[in-house]
Amino acid sequence: MAVYKRTYKGYEGLLTPEWSRFLILPRYAWASLFKQRFLLILYVVCFFYPIGCAVFLYFNANLGALANLIPGAGQMKGFAISGNFFEIFTAVQGSLAFIMTSFIGPGLVSPDLANNALPLYFCRPFSRTEYVLGKLGVVAFLLSFITWIPGLALFLMQWSLADAKWFGENSWLAPAIFLSSFIWILLISFLALAISAWVRWKVVAGALLLLIFFLGSGLGAAINAVMRTEKGAWIDIGKNITRVWQELFRQSESATISVEEAWTSLLCVLALCLWLLWKKIRAYEVIQ
Amino acid sequence: MTPVIQLENLSVRLGNRDILRSLTGTLTGRSIGLLGPNGAGKSTLINTLLGFYPPSSGTAKILGNDIRTNANEIRRIVGYMPENDTFIGTMSAVAFVRMMAELSGLPPDAALERAHEALFYVGLGEARYRMVGTYSLGMKQLAKLAQAIVHGPKLVILDEPTNGLDPPARVRMLKLIKEMRDSGTMNIVLCSHLLRDVEDTCEEVLILKQGELVYSANLEEERKLNRRFLELETYGVQNGFVEAAEMLGCECASLSGGRVKLILGDGVEIRDIYKLALDRDLQLRRLSYRRDSLEDIFLKAMEFKGA
Repeated sequence: MAVYKRTYKGYEGLLTPEWSRFLILPRYAWASLFKQRFLLILYVVCFFYPIGCAVFLYFNANLGALANLIPGAGQMKGFAISGNFFEIFTAVQGSLAFIMTSFIGPGLVSPDLANNALPLYFCRPFSRTEYVLGKLGVVAFLLSFITWIPGLALFLMQWSLADAKWFGENSWLAPAIFLSSFIWILLISFLALAISAWVRWKVVAGALLLLIFFLGSGLGAAINAVMRTEKGAWIDIGKNITRVWQELFRQSESATISVEEAWTSLLCVLALCLWLLWKKIRAYEVIQ
Repeated sequence: MTPVIQLENLSVRLGNRDILRSLTGTLTGRSIGLLGPNGAGKSTLINTLLGFYPPSSGTAKILGNDIRTNANEIRRIVGYMPENDTFIGTMSAVAFVRMMAELSGLPPDAALERAHEALFYVGLGEARYRMVGTYSLGMKQLAKLAQAIVHGPKLVILDEPTNGLDPPARVRMLKLIKEMRDSGTMNIVLCSHLLRDVEDTCEEVLILKQGELVYSANLEEERKLNRRFLELETYGVQNGFVEAAEMLGCECASLSGGRVKLILGDGVEIRDIYKLALDRDLQLRRLSYRRDSLEDIFLKAMEFKGA
């Protein structure tokens, strides 16, 4: 089928392994996403806080070096780097990850649905699971670079700056950093995908994602106030994820809901998202 | 030879309704036409063959691969051009076709090369860097065709490929389909409500009505059979022309206005008919093969009451 010959010829060459094909979707999606200057700038901004933290960790461990810049800093006492530091880091980066997702997420599935493109994907050796994994990968890989990857880099940096005793006391932080971000990424990615699959307008889908968090939080608080209970937290995704993070970073002193309740609520949200995706992501819809 | 499509008592039930009922048949033609009125189940059959809908009973095979057990292999060897507007509007045609090729398993470099070739082949070479969303309807149809053939499938399923095309674009699309058919590397299933398109391009036809298979035949063989049917228009007194033709071994029917329909008997040639007319001083004003067109076949099939 050479261009100049303009005749049809079959393809007899090599094929890529099937397991790797879900990675095709993120590659094309990123190429398109980073053509938008705003998103690129936002993504760069997301690295400011980790860089700031790295600088902080360095000077915290080298107060003598800070004294060269700020007179009198040599007498200051260093901050204790513990779960609280990394919990704050996860919360800040998690918020930025949420903002990124609210811009990226709505455009993941809805254009394919609006353009009836799903049959084109599924008439190939490419399953619905691979499609969802591919679309999930678009967000998950991007968010990983601003959440747990810099988090672990900061952990390693602190380890190298501090003494061996610090690592012995805080080695549990590494899995906590990874797990806390991983759960958050999974949750907001699935939420964004599910909303994108059900709402075809990108702007509305983005607004709905924000609404789910803020309205859920407000409604939960209202239920708590009116019913004089703490069960309103069940619909407050932000509160539930914060509770899970507190548990992971061993900062549970001020918790108002149990970690089991928080996990159950988050798992219910995930299950609901999966069900919504399962219903919507198919080549053709069967009208009952 | 492995049949292109083999239907084995295939039934499909969707939303508590039987859409396809016990379809059975074997299709071996290089190009197969799928015909039927709206709601006959053509698209459901295609979607079932592609594994989008599960069969409620029975099964089907595409080039020897069972749709129940080998769906992935089927999707590897099949290219599909859907009926509706189906594309990714925010991508250039070359990126769109390349991505589809990669999803079919081609490595990125080969996919890019094939995407360029496929777009040139269908006639979108000059417009391949434009966003698919900005294409005209005809161009979108061609882009859909390009994505269907880019990975070199052994069978291409074309669902209403000439929908919305102006006459020159339609002619071009049919020419492409014939070229692909004649390339010898690809089988084609053409689903269309335009009988002329199917008649022009297909060797075999399958007609569905209300989810049942009402007719399946090889059009080439039908055409050969039809060559024995003649329709004559005579002028003047027939002087025992019909009887004489029957004596020769033809089956005849005399109609009003001097018209005669006859089926040539074995060993009888048209020159014998001319000779009979000459002997009786009978003028033959018109002689035509009374061929059953696809339209006749289709209308006859539509009169079919049930399988």
